[in-house]
Amino acid sequence: MLASMGKSDIMELFESIPERLRLSRPLNLPAPKSEFDLAAYFRDLADRNRTSGDVFLGAGVYDHFAPVVIDHMALRSEWYTAYTPYQPELSQGTLQAIFEFQTMVCQLTGLEVANASLYDGSTAVAEAVLMALRVNKGRHRVVMAASVHPHYRAVVNTYLRNSDVEIVEVGFDSTGRIDLEAAALDGNTAAIVVQSPNFFGVIENLDDICAAARDAGALSVVGVAEAMSLGVLKAPGDSGADIVCGEAQSFGVPMSFGGPFVGFFATREKFVRQLPGRLVGRALDSHGQLGFVLTLSTREQHIRREKATSNICTNQGLFMLMATIYLSTMGRKGLREVAEQNIRKAHEAAARIASLPGYTVKFSGPTFNEFVVSTPRPARQLRDELAAGGIVAGVPLDRYYAGMDNDLLIAVTETASIESIDRLVSALAEFGGAN
Amino acid sequence: MGASDVKVPAAAGHIVRNEDLIFERSRAGRQGYHLPDLGIPEKDISSMIPGELLRDDIEGMPEVSEFEVVRHFTRLSTWNYGVDTGLYPLGSCTMKYNPKINESIARFEGFGKAHPLLPEFLSQGSLEILRQLEDALAEITGLPHISLQPAAGAHGELTAMLAIRACHAKRGHVRKTVLIPDSAHGTNPASAIMCGYEVHGVTSTSAGLLDPADVERNMTEDVAALMLTNPNTLGKFEEEIDKVCEIVHAKGGFVYMDGANMNALMGISRPGDMGVDCMHLNLHKTFSTPHGGGGPGAGPIGVVDELEPYLPNPRVARNADGTLQLNFDRPDSIGRVRAFVGNFGVLVRALAYIYTLGADGLREATETAVLNANYIKHRLEDVYALAYEGSVLHEVVFTDRRQQAFGVKNSDIAKRIIDYGFYPPTMSFPLIAPGAIMIEPTETESREELDLFIDSMRAIAEECEQTPDIVRSAPHRTRMGRFDETAAARKPVLRWQPEKGKVAGA
Repeated sequence: MLASMGKSDIMELFESIPERLRLSRPLNLPAPKSEFDLAAYFRDLADRNRTSGDVFLGAGVYDHFAPVVIDHMALRSEWYTAYTPYQPELSQGTLQAIFEFQTMVCQLTGLEVANASLYDGSTAVAEAVLMALRVNKGRHRVVMAASVHPHYRAVVNTYLRNSDVEIVEVGFDSTGRIDLEAAALDGNTAAIVVQSPNFFGVIENLDDICAAARDAGALSVVGVAEAMSLGVLKAPGDSGADIVCGEAQSFGVPMSFGGPFVGFFATREKFVRQLPGRLVGRALDSHGQLGFVLTLSTREQHIRREKATSNICTNQGLFMLMATIYLSTMGRKGLREVAEQNIRKAHEAAARIASLPGYTVKFSGPTFNEFVVSTPRPARQLRDELAAGGIVAGVPLDRYYAGMDNDLLIAVTETASIESIDRLVSALAEFGGAN
Repeated sequence: MGASDVKVPAAAGHIVRNEDLIFERSRAGRQGYHLPDLGIPEKDISSMIPGELLRDDIEGMPEVSEFEVVRHFTRLSTWNYGVDTGLYPLGSCTMKYNPKINESIARFEGFGKAHPLLPEFLSQGSLEILRQLEDALAEITGLPHISLQPAAGAHGELTAMLAIRACHAKRGHVRKTVLIPDSAHGTNPASAIMCGYEVHGVTSTSAGLLDPADVERNMTEDVAALMLTNPNTLGKFEEEIDKVCEIVHAKGGFVYMDGANMNALMGISRPGDMGVDCMHLNLHKTFSTPHGGGGPGAGPIGVVDELEPYLPNPRVARNADGTLQLNFDRPDSIGRVRAFVGNFGVLVRALAYIYTLGADGLREATETAVLNANYIKHRLEDVYALAYEGSVLHEVVFTDRRQQAFGVKNSDIAKRIIDYGFYPPTMSFPLIAPGAIMIEPTETESREELDLFIDSMRAIAEECEQTPDIVRSAPHRTRMGRFDETAAARKPVLRWQPEKGKVAGA
């Protein structure tokens, strides 16, 4: 090929890179590995993680059963080796899958339009706040429940760190729900952001929150970190939420040390031109056949550049697809059945733990599959001691909330066996006493 | 009687080409799952959660069998085109082969089932992956500190620009403006605006390069940074990048490099050595992780020492005993940019890719990518006009200038190449090349595949002259014809709705 171009040395093609800017040595990297050695090397690293045993971690990432059909379909390389469906004639598979995902997100959230997905739940909430500020231009205050996932709040703070918007955090009461009175929604409030079930697993009273927002002319933003709850809980849109967004990892996406996940985002039709991210719509082709295209792209950076609604370029295509396959497989009935198993198992575990001396369930509000337990000893210590014995009992809350040193956030999903719950309860009983 | 004499009656329809929406397949009572028994007595849900917080139903959600799920998503997949199908010369997107072993490795249970909030002593394998990938990317870019957190290139831009702003704030003056060349990706200005900066354009020279004199004219102590792409979106190396960096540094600004085109530089030249202060990488481009039909990607950033304190939390740190931990004790950090530490599944694949190729392999990948792009340039420049003359690295930008004389636009050529079995090149930018046809073949294409593509592009050039209507009305061989995207945007239909009064399966 070089000769056909009249060249003799490959470096002739790099002449535009001045000598002074070229690397004069080889990169210092490990020697190349064969496929066999590579697999062995990574197998060893994978085995250094402890992932089996009794793990009761949630906090925005949940161990749910994922039917194998998801991975079998997702491994078809027509899905995963394609790119953003810019050319609709060669991308109808991805485009139709996105259209189905958008529809399912609307069905789950009770809202009218949904986008093709965002990076994760935290950035979805941050984009929701930015959208609320666009819709409510001139308002400079955002009320944020302290019971929103601390990582999500941190991301919102990062996204808004250079704006003149004041983020007011509002605490919670003994039910674990937002102290709505303290929110003091006013004419300067662009949005109120809550999560339900919130970080403590407690289901918020969305009817009241959305009504209060409406009265103040603020947008109600409902974050959902545990999307499985939508299988059984009243759709937030039916409570009057203006934006419902969050994390769809629960729908067949591996926990994978925190990503890639799939953020979802739904809102009311009247705000459609303020949506961030990709959107797929129906279109007619030159033969009058119905198909799908990326649409309303005049909101987006590749057309609008600095005037875009977001800098976002891709969505989470493959994981959006996996969520769509999960929801198709579980369907109208299955999703509810799984959600109900979560409730029953989590409530069983909570009841058993609450009956142990020194342990109480901290909040009185209704919960889905996660709850906070007040422990007789510092929760971090207790967690570490149990973990050494193979039981990861939950997330200690000391690093998230001042004064919650003796609080442990425990998640129990449908994958927790009764034997596993028994072991957790026994271990808590055994290690709960004084040192 | 030969086969050609047989009259084949038209089929009424083709099931694979006419797959309905999953909602339209739904029939009441079908199911595709089987849950284990609960194992405890089934308490009434409303005894645990008040009835007013519960829903009755998820209206419209499908009810289908497992096999129907498989049929549905298999049929849809056949309507897609991926790198595994054929050459995907989408300029700036680096659609290279995604090695299969990386798919297997990312699915090891120890990775897939790793919860991000496991105690660190149970997550050493994951943390080791993060650390080793940071080290490798630091070596490849010449930038000493890597944050793996950003979920995509645009997210990396945002993260790095937030760090730059935080650094200026710490110095006492946040500054007002970011300079961006007119050849830049649209994400660059959009990211700068999200950080609270104004954007000021810098004009390219007639050679399609940055003009140091123009940068100097625009560079003031109110300019926070210059965001450039190198090689730029024309596939050209910014030959005076070190001088440009000096100009920006002299006024206290930072140079941000969009690393979308890093596939042209691996083992050849390092941004850190050019004077660049920070950059993002697209692991889904340069480091072979699958594009996934539009994500997930990963957009790690690399920075110089001065910007390190501002990188997002947490950072991976090595303890004295050799174990790793996540460090949150970083008071100047811009904070979190996502819920957890990164698109870990993508990071695993990228590290596997780097370890498969090694130093020589990465350099060879770059050399071959540049060879392939130049071969296409060499074989097509007599029939398609170059946007800018001169040498190119990993991609080449033609325009439709000659074909326009016959009333054919770049978008028509894009649709026609589909009829030859290829995915089209990038047509939407750079903005400084009107009618752009931006071709990036990558290193993983064989000469035979390149020749087929070249022959097809040459045939289309001829069609533009002889039978332009065929090109203008393309594609002709796809399941769907050309779409009316304008009409779709005017009255957007963004979701399926059940037909009023019609019950599925009735």
